[in-house]
Amino acid sequence: MPGADKETELSERVEAFLSELKRGGSGCGPPRGSGETARETAALLRRITAQARWSSAGDLMEIIRKEGRRMTAAQPSETTVGNMVRRVLKIIREEYARGKRMLLTPLQMSNRLRCVTHASARSEYEQQFPPLKANVIEAINELLTELEGTTDNIAMQALEHIHSNEVIMTIGRSRTVEAFLKDAARKRKFHVIVAECAPFCQGHEMAASLSEADIETTVITDAAIFAVMSRVNKVIIGTQTVLANGGLRAVNGTHTLALAAKHHSTPLIVCAPMFKLSPQFPNEEDTFHKFVSPQEVLSFTEGEILSKVNVHCPVFDYVPPELITLFISNIGGNAPSYIYRLMSELYHPEDHEL
Amino acid sequence: RQGRKLPNMADTVGKKEKALNDSKHQIQDEMDSKRKDDVSCHAEGKELSKEEKQRLRKEKKQQKKNKKDDKNVGETEKEKTAVVPAHIQPTQTKKELNAAPVSEAPAAGEKAAPPKSKAEMRAERRARQEADRAAKQGKKGDPSQPLSTAKQKVLPSEPQPVVKRLPEHIQVDDPAVLKKLAKKLERQQIPLRPDYGYKVSLFSHLHQYSRKAPLTQQISIPSTVIHPSIVRLGLQYSQGIIAGSNSRCIALLHGFKQVIRDYTTPPNEELSRDLVNKLKPYISFLNQCRPLSASMGNAIKYLKKEISNISSQCKEEEAKSKLQDCIDRYIEEKIRLAAKAISKSAYEKISEDDVILVYGCSSLVNYILCDAYEKGRNFRVIVVDSRPRLEGREALRRLVKKGIRCTYVLITAVSYILPEVSKVFLGAHALLANGYVMSRVGTSQIALVAKAYNVPVLVCCETYKFCERVQTDSFVSNELDDPDDLIVTRKGTTQLGKWQETSSLRLLNLVYDVTPPDFVDLVITDLGMIPCTSVPVVLRVKNVDQ
Repeated sequence: MPGADKETELSERVEAFLSELKRGGSGCGPPRGSGETARETAALLRRITAQARWSSAGDLMEIIRKEGRRMTAAQPSETTVGNMVRRVLKIIREEYARGKRMLLTPLQMSNRLRCVTHASARSEYEQQFPPLKANVIEAINELLTELEGTTDNIAMQALEHIHSNEVIMTIGRSRTVEAFLKDAARKRKFHVIVAECAPFCQGHEMAASLSEADIETTVITDAAIFAVMSRVNKVIIGTQTVLANGGLRAVNGTHTLALAAKHHSTPLIVCAPMFKLSPQFPNEEDTFHKFVSPQEVLSFTEGEILSKVNVHCPVFDYVPPELITLFISNIGGNAPSYIYRLMSELYHPEDHEL
Repeated sequence: RQGRKLPNMADTVGKKEKALNDSKHQIQDEMDSKRKDDVSCHAEGKELSKEEKQRLRKEKKQQKKNKKDDKNVGETEKEKTAVVPAHIQPTQTKKELNAAPVSEAPAAGEKAAPPKSKAEMRAERRARQEADRAAKQGKKGDPSQPLSTAKQKVLPSEPQPVVKRLPEHIQVDDPAVLKKLAKKLERQQIPLRPDYGYKVSLFSHLHQYSRKAPLTQQISIPSTVIHPSIVRLGLQYSQGIIAGSNSRCIALLHGFKQVIRDYTTPPNEELSRDLVNKLKPYISFLNQCRPLSASMGNAIKYLKKEISNISSQCKEEEAKSKLQDCIDRYIEEKIRLAAKAISKSAYEKISEDDVILVYGCSSLVNYILCDAYEKGRNFRVIVVDSRPRLEGREALRRLVKKGIRCTYVLITAVSYILPEVSKVFLGAHALLANGYVMSRVGTSQIALVAKAYNVPVLVCCETYKFCERVQTDSFVSNELDDPDDLIVTRKGTTQLGKWQETSSLRLLNLVYDVTPPDFVDLVITDLGMIPCTSVPVVLRVKNVDQ
């Protein structure tokens, strides 16, 4: 039966995606950029919308929520997956509301009291509505186009922030920052200092790539960040996630960099596309940090002391919003205090918990 | 004496002005004779050896002493009151003034000179001081020795003349300085070590050597000029086999002990002068292998002083054994006993169930922790390490061998691990006179993050590492290590392997950095526990003692 085939094909695709997520996070294989993950997630959700069997908006949302929970469980640190799921859920709600001509203003939507008084709000989405599928798929296509253009949108703003003869510091490897700096380098001459970010030393890749674009690059060790900071004019970094309070979950070493920048009153600019914005708060201790094999830090060749020593290799750092000066995203520049507002436009409050 | 003088000055101003003119003439005569000596010095140029210079200086002092006895007492008083208000004194005139006795009575009635206005007097005084200073500078061939001897003679209540020569190793971008260095090394028959690779423009004033090209490749082994133990020492320094402030200093002193043991005074030479000359090329060689640390510099100063203080009556064997005893005593007092004293003070600061963070491998901090553990304190240690040296692994091994519970992280994980930490113990390479702590690169970062989390930072440092330099950032005076150390091969690819071919790519491998004193809560020294800002006080006390 064609329907069954479609279903099995769909579930196969979902399984394949899940296993890729699981594998991608363990450190082996080529690391996937978050942009790629976001696009793949959105594409998969579009496929689910197109091929899965559902009758009402509520059903669709239930299916997507279920798949979303599985995907986030596969790789909890990859927050873009969850963000895309929430975006799609919001799209569905909007399309449904538009269809019913029940356009709720953003203010009404974020009114918690209203949501509570509207007791089972989910049951509202029961009405059958034929054009919904087409509308939702179209909206997801728009989302995909937006995702494809994020890096370019951010890079276009580079010349507003970088002047000539500046010394810019960055840490580790961020494709967004790379594009940002390369775009500015077409017109301006400046100097970049890259902190290598042990133990993965992704800063080396970044430096090699930047120097190929003829940008004057210097590689320093992480220990020299504070020593060199006094000569730096701006710090531009990428991040893995932007948290709901405006803080960051970024590669380890970023907190030290942010503190050093604050000490020298150097502005800290974060280049992060909107799909990295996540409604999580940093207080959930057990889900915030991610650790990888301590072999990176102390290899097994140090056998005789290895058994008597605790070795930690955290991947992420929390950077509080007070240390950040500016967020540059595909919709423009924002202060960290504005992030909560952007979040309310992107996600429905009920979707914060999948 | 000055207190008694001032009321008299008020009374006899007029008569003193008269006498001033005569005294001026006398001083002019002295300066002429000094200038003649200078001219003769310059004419002979570099051929003037150390002994001759010292002899000349002694003669001049004798001359001045003789003149002093003839001179009138009133004039000396006048000179003193005239010269004392100005701040910078040539030390030689100071000596004369101190040597001469002071009495008031004869001054009043004796000299007669036309009265002058106060402004003209001041102008004359200033012109005299300028001339004196210029004459003194012209004589300075080797500033280090006269400076140290001058220091001892000047009263500690007066500020010193600031005539310091900039060390060569921070003037690499000046071709004149490089030429001078090359000539000096040629004279001493030491090869000049070439710089390696592109330097970051901010650090173009520093040397950058490659570990793969040690200096010993350019000299013949066995070397006729350099003692073999010094050659071995230089190689150990440049390859990083001996690293760490204390170990380098101890190894240096042992090497010098060997040199002294094998030394024989050539005929017609004095041990006190010749041995110092013998040591100079060795020091240049070691400097070329790896720039000297502050501890080594202080040890060398001490040794040179001890050597020059050997009286000429001493027999050679006696002198040599005396010097060796001096060296042993220095190591014992300044390093070993100091470590014990610091450990005792630090033991009071380590509480039960503490979590202590240490960075890199500091022999002193390791000693403190092992000692505290032996005395029965229960604590655990977090060792923070950084690329490319990864010295923390050595500290980890030592602590684990002792049985202390340890955790090991890299410096990027410091802000993750710091909430668990109760204290931070850091070692120092040197403590600068403005309170900044010069230490392994990364120390300032750890102190910064610890401050942000309100964790106390304690620096442990022996007093012999206290240094009179001042520095505010990590750029002006630092050491650049081999940039190839940063290259790492991960998953089969070496990203930076071809960095030399890319002109826009530079690698920076700093060795030291300075920590501002507001990040440091306490400095534990063998003289006690002091705040960071008390370093110049300790230096002053040490100078007066010496």
